[in-house]
Amino acid sequence: MNVALAETDLTWRHVGTIDDIPRQGARCVKNAEMTIAVFRTSDDRVFALEDKCPHKAGPLSNGIVHGGCVTCPLHNWVISLEDGTAQGADEGATASFPVRLEGRDIYLNLSA
Amino acid sequence: MTKQRLVIIGNGMAPGRMLEHLFETSTDYDVTIFNAEPRVNYDRIMLSPVLSGEKTYEDIIIHGDAWYEDHGITLHRGEKVTHIDREAKTVTSEGGITAPYDKLVIATGSNPFIIPCPGHDLPGVLAYRDLNDVDGMLAAAEKGGRAVVIGGGLLGLEAAAGLKMRGMDVTVLHLMPTLMERQLDPAAGYLLQKELEARGIDIRCGANTKAIHGKDAVEAIELDDGTMIDATLVVMAVGIRPNVAVAQEAGLTVNRGIVADASLRTSDPDIFTVGECAEVDGRVYGLVAPLYQMARVAASHLCGTCDKEFMHSETPTKLKVTGVNLYSVGEFGDGPGMEDVVLRDAAKGTYRRVILRDNKVIGAVLYGDTADGAWYNEMLKSGQDVSEMRETLIFGQNYQGGGAVNPLAAVANLADDAEICGCNGICKGDIVNAITAKGLTSLGDVRAHTKASASCGTCTGLVENLMALTLGDAMSKAPEGMCGCTTLGHGDVRRLIKAKGLKSIPAIMQELEWTTAEGCAKCRPALNYYLVADWPGEYKDDQQSRFINERVHANIQKDGTYSVVPRMFGGMTTPDELRAIADVADKYDIPSVKVTGGQRIDLLGVKKEDLIPVWADLNKAGMISGAAYSKGLRTVKTCVGTDWCRFGTQDSTGLGIKLEKYLWGSWAPAKLKLAVTGCPRNCAEATCKDIGVICVDSGYEIVYGGAAGLHIQGTTMLGKVATEEEVIETIGALTQYYRETGFYLERIYKWADRIGYDHIRDVIFDDLDARKAFADRFAYSQTFAQIDPWAERVAGAESHEFKPMAVLDAALEAAE
Repeated sequence: MNVALAETDLTWRHVGTIDDIPRQGARCVKNAEMTIAVFRTSDDRVFALEDKCPHKAGPLSNGIVHGGCVTCPLHNWVISLEDGTAQGADEGATASFPVRLEGRDIYLNLSA
Repeated sequence: MTKQRLVIIGNGMAPGRMLEHLFETSTDYDVTIFNAEPRVNYDRIMLSPVLSGEKTYEDIIIHGDAWYEDHGITLHRGEKVTHIDREAKTVTSEGGITAPYDKLVIATGSNPFIIPCPGHDLPGVLAYRDLNDVDGMLAAAEKGGRAVVIGGGLLGLEAAAGLKMRGMDVTVLHLMPTLMERQLDPAAGYLLQKELEARGIDIRCGANTKAIHGKDAVEAIELDDGTMIDATLVVMAVGIRPNVAVAQEAGLTVNRGIVADASLRTSDPDIFTVGECAEVDGRVYGLVAPLYQMARVAASHLCGTCDKEFMHSETPTKLKVTGVNLYSVGEFGDGPGMEDVVLRDAAKGTYRRVILRDNKVIGAVLYGDTADGAWYNEMLKSGQDVSEMRETLIFGQNYQGGGAVNPLAAVANLADDAEICGCNGICKGDIVNAITAKGLTSLGDVRAHTKASASCGTCTGLVENLMALTLGDAMSKAPEGMCGCTTLGHGDVRRLIKAKGLKSIPAIMQELEWTTAEGCAKCRPALNYYLVADWPGEYKDDQQSRFINERVHANIQKDGTYSVVPRMFGGMTTPDELRAIADVADKYDIPSVKVTGGQRIDLLGVKKEDLIPVWADLNKAGMISGAAYSKGLRTVKTCVGTDWCRFGTQDSTGLGIKLEKYLWGSWAPAKLKLAVTGCPRNCAEATCKDIGVICVDSGYEIVYGGAAGLHIQGTTMLGKVATEEEVIETIGALTQYYRETGFYLERIYKWADRIGYDHIRDVIFDDLDARKAFADRFAYSQTFAQIDPWAERVAGAESHEFKPMAVLDAALEAAE
């Protein structure tokens, strides 16, 4: 089965279910090096970015999620959930990570 | 030479327009008007927006009192003419006023048709003709319940939509199988029905009313098939009958209407008739465009130029229900030699049908996207052969000739004599000439000078495009939208939320046509606030549309940690509270403790995961959130007043505590900081606060609109009251007025600048009833708002906000 296989796969880590994250919201996943923000959009897509705005390291997980982007709570930079790049006139990008949704389970690949 | 006497019976839109034309060319008349309604001339076709709340009566007045004075018109209000003496050339009113005339114009309009079923005369049965009817409906809507509208034509549906927006349950009964069958084909009628049903309006076609039941007022309505429908209001909108009584009594020739020739003269050469009561060439009219044409013709014959004759033409129909776009003109039945071209888009819910005969457009029905209506109508009028563009005709004007799709191209391609404003018969050339000759740059100017789009307003977009085309960059821009997601400003959005009864963010975005799918970080918090403020107890706060500070009830700092400020009512604290704060600071390693400008204590550098335990400890010591993060009530700062001060005149500390207990928890457009100072020495700095109270020997001065941030300004006096109770009520009312009309992030001083200090004083200080009503609404709203968000979260609410979803490192996991 897919799920069982994925759980044994070391590069893909199970981090929770989609129901753990509110729509248009985010939750954090921590490991030794960093905090990752896992976002859920209004149409139930899931994305993962390092929880650090490319501008002044603001916690993106605390921003408002809208139209495939998140607005940083510190200085309103708008960051694409897809690839972590700053939108509009701002320049910069935060790291983004592959996420896989199997049923309602979320798997994160941090080695990519 | 003495002036001739012109008497007009009726003061509606047709005679009003006739006089405007007359005064343009002639001053030979002394004018007397008898108006059965006690009002000036107003725009009857805008009654629907008044009913729905999108406009007020003042907005739709065409001629104010000053206009009548300026033109020396004698206006008898509330005087119905009952007799015309054609021998003596006089008219006499019910109230006994007699006026002699040289020329008489009968403009008595029409009466609504009332189905003579049992119960039709019960209180609660209304027609939909004039402002009295609208007032009656609004009074009924206040009480709620179900309104049954009989008649699914233009007026009936506008009434139904308006009543729905006013919060009533609405049922429409329509005799025919589809809605608006005289203007729409069944397909468009279906789309319209679907749209209205989606708004919660119950529509029953093929329904025949048998009787209206009720003891002292309407209670229910019975259909032919025995169905009973509860009703607190019945609106009959089943058609109009020309009002010919006074003409008939005077012996003029009367058929369905008062018979007139192409110059609008009746069978008596000194008597004219215009408006819905007039019949020309066997036809009577109910839409404004032909009535305005009558006005122009009658004026030309009154002033002696006699250069115009009335000609029948097809008038397009539009429905004035916000968000419903439909357009129909000409013929659309099935007949010999008629060909249809149809285009549908089910996903978009649009429908478009053009009817041809002998390769000429003879009719068009558009639903959903009506921008090309004027273009089809122009071809209908000109009778042009369309065989060349037969293939692309249905796609509209932009697709002709393979040109790029450009909204301006559509108007650029129109001929100079193409009609833009159907209500007023204004052509493209008239508008362009007015813009260039008079240097007009705003829509308001163009309306004032040409009347284009000044009646029903559905051609506003065309007029604006025409302005953009003519002026280029010189065009005055409309106010900017609240963000990039909408062209509507905050004021429009707030008004429409109430008028259309929008109770969720998706509903606002759909109904007000947001250009983005889910808004942005600018508009969502604003919409969330407007809904919280407008629908207390009904709207569920959308946490995901709140800025992080209001979501986690603490202030985010530059390093992603938070600051925590417990409430200290009136700036008073106790040794126990201080000890609890000190303990919390120690226990959670809080790096900074600071005294704030609002007389309380700020704990800075709290980790997000520690927020819940910190609050739990503070709650245990009896403290609640100070809302130092909110767009809402922050603090009430006080001095020590009569408790300790040698100069104190009142108990400023006690009053400050009472005020803070009354106000805490309330959300507002922006932060709200108060102060109560015990004497004019002003130690609590009340005169630079959003709202301040200055205690004096004889009472309390309430001041507001101060600022001490980026902008510095002293407060303005609202008024002086004698008791603490009045202080509390007045400040509650002021806060509520600000909550209801302020724009998101607009501080109270900016709000007051915008809407006017005098106006605010009139509304919430001088008018005691209004003050109480505002204060009552505030108190009601507070019953839902005064819940400590910290305690809620300590008890488990929104727990996902405060802990990570997963910790992947084993060592880290152990540490957590």
